[in-house]
Amino acid sequence: MTEFLQQVLNGLSLGAIYALIALGYTMVYGVLRFINFAHSDVFMVGAFIGYFVGEHLPSGTVWGGLVVLAAAMAGCAVLGILIERLVYRPLRGGPTLNVLITAIGMSLFLEYTGQLVFGATPRAFPTIFPAKVISVHGLIISMNQVIVILVASVLMVALEFTVFRTKIGTAMRAVALNPKAAQLMGINIDVVISFTFGLGSMLAAAGGVLYALNYPSIDPLMGVVPGLKAFVAAVLGGVGNIPGAALGALILGMVETFVDGSRWSTYKDAIAFAILIGILLFRPAGLLGRYTAEKV
Amino acid sequence: MPKPLLALIAAVLVAFGVSHYSDHIDPYYLDVITGVGINVILAVSLNLVNGYTGQFSLGHAGFMSVGAYLSAAITLLLGPKLFGDAGGTDFHQGLLFFAALIVGGMGAAVAGLAVGIPSLRLKGDYLALVTLGFGEIIRVIFQNVESLGGALGLNGIPNYTTVFWVYSFAALTVFTVVCLVRSTYGRGFLATRDDEIASEAVGLDTTRYKIVAFVIGAFFAGVAGGLYGHFKLTITPTGFDFTKSIEIVVMVILGGMGNTPGVILAAILLTVLPEVLRSVDEYRMVLYSLLLIVLMLVRPKGLFNFDYARIAGRLRLRLGGPRKEGTR
Repeated sequence: MTEFLQQVLNGLSLGAIYALIALGYTMVYGVLRFINFAHSDVFMVGAFIGYFVGEHLPSGTVWGGLVVLAAAMAGCAVLGILIERLVYRPLRGGPTLNVLITAIGMSLFLEYTGQLVFGATPRAFPTIFPAKVISVHGLIISMNQVIVILVASVLMVALEFTVFRTKIGTAMRAVALNPKAAQLMGINIDVVISFTFGLGSMLAAAGGVLYALNYPSIDPLMGVVPGLKAFVAAVLGGVGNIPGAALGALILGMVETFVDGSRWSTYKDAIAFAILIGILLFRPAGLLGRYTAEKV
Repeated sequence: MPKPLLALIAAVLVAFGVSHYSDHIDPYYLDVITGVGINVILAVSLNLVNGYTGQFSLGHAGFMSVGAYLSAAITLLLGPKLFGDAGGTDFHQGLLFFAALIVGGMGAAVAGLAVGIPSLRLKGDYLALVTLGFGEIIRVIFQNVESLGGALGLNGIPNYTTVFWVYSFAALTVFTVVCLVRSTYGRGFLATRDDEIASEAVGLDTTRYKIVAFVIGAFFAGVAGGLYGHFKLTITPTGFDFTKSIEIVVMVILGGMGNTPGVILAAILLTVLPEVLRSVDEYRMVLYSLLLIVLMLVRPKGLFNFDYARIAGRLRLRLGGPRKEGTR
């Protein structure tokens, strides 16, 4: 029983990180209908910003940790908005294949520039939050896991508030529903899209710092696999659907943790893709998504 | 005899001739020539999927690895059993190699079918992700199968790849793709790319077209993998990673999607260029990624996609001749 609870806890913290990344994918897909491949590398940049800021702060304090998180989120928001402005905006309305190729190019550019600038060797992430381990009836709860789950929950509630209770959030939902009609109602699409990219990148940065806390070694290619899995989570929940992304991420985190603990642990990285293929076959709109016919 | 078939036969004969005199060619150049041929097969076959059918696959290296492993397993395990340790005559070896390549291609085609059916039913960017994921799955599987060498890969693959085999298959790939796309049936690929909804409205089974393109592309990727394995003599699961797939994608995009001569040119260029620019090898992937972005922003139809009518019009203008109506 203790072991089971332990696995649930581990799965929950992994799923929370996936959820932070998946939300960015799903929001951008919602307003622009394309997969932002570079998102997983914004996640990586977030971890690196956390690394460089964290080195200059006293380690092991809550305030220091929060400053690191805030810095990474601010830096990545700027990066996300810049990427959209410089690379994606000129292609808006163009053939989907071109946009997709550009997104892949952007992702590779961030990865390999990262390798040139930061070097390909993994670095140890500093312990920015106080490292403590609490043991409750044999259940080992590390402080990092608590922080991951707490921060992710707070951010998700904040996101929910932004999207459903503020003016810009309403504008976002309007653009996702119908960009042309939204424009006719006086919504500035460019501002909304920039905001969406900024918001998604902020969440990815937070995910990057939290991931680096739990798996304390970072390198320029660290975003690829979590990014892919987060996308699988977004598809699982129904891409474009914000609660769906969070749900899919939690399910994926759980499944992966339980597979890791079983005798098929060497296949852990393949399970996400097996889920992806399964969901595409049987429920392509995702768990919470609704199937919509494409109109001409 | 129809012209393309003649060209195919001529290409095979030339490849045979060059191969016959390959002892007189510097081994380094021979290596580069072989590499160029393999990349031409990969790029032209991917062009059928990415260029002509408009589906974006990022898993070409995955199919390549299926073909490489299958064919290497056949020559390594079956060869000594059939012909003894001496390896049989040249003719026997050739026959075995041919069979191994075809089986490797078939295996890759089956993998293509398995990946294609779930993902090609959907529109949009799913294929890119599923093929990417497929590459990962294949790598994990090969790393876990001990009889195929596990993470260390397969070693001591016999050196069967010659200029003849590489260029015969390169010619066959170009022949298949060009003839397929020009045929009545092949118009369906272009229609699927140009407007999927309209094609469906006039009764084309677009999913079927996508799957056919995907399976044929995977077959030739598998053959290329087999040639690659018997050329490098050792294969590892990590040798067929995402970077390899991207390299092939860059060839297709640089050459111009759906433009076979351009893609062949790009494959040659991108194989020879790194040889010349060995000193800046660490910047290669950064350059590739920038190339992708800049090409999409500035010249989305590729570098070698020339508008011949326009060039002819300009030439005429410069030569002072009468300007033809309709050309700018």
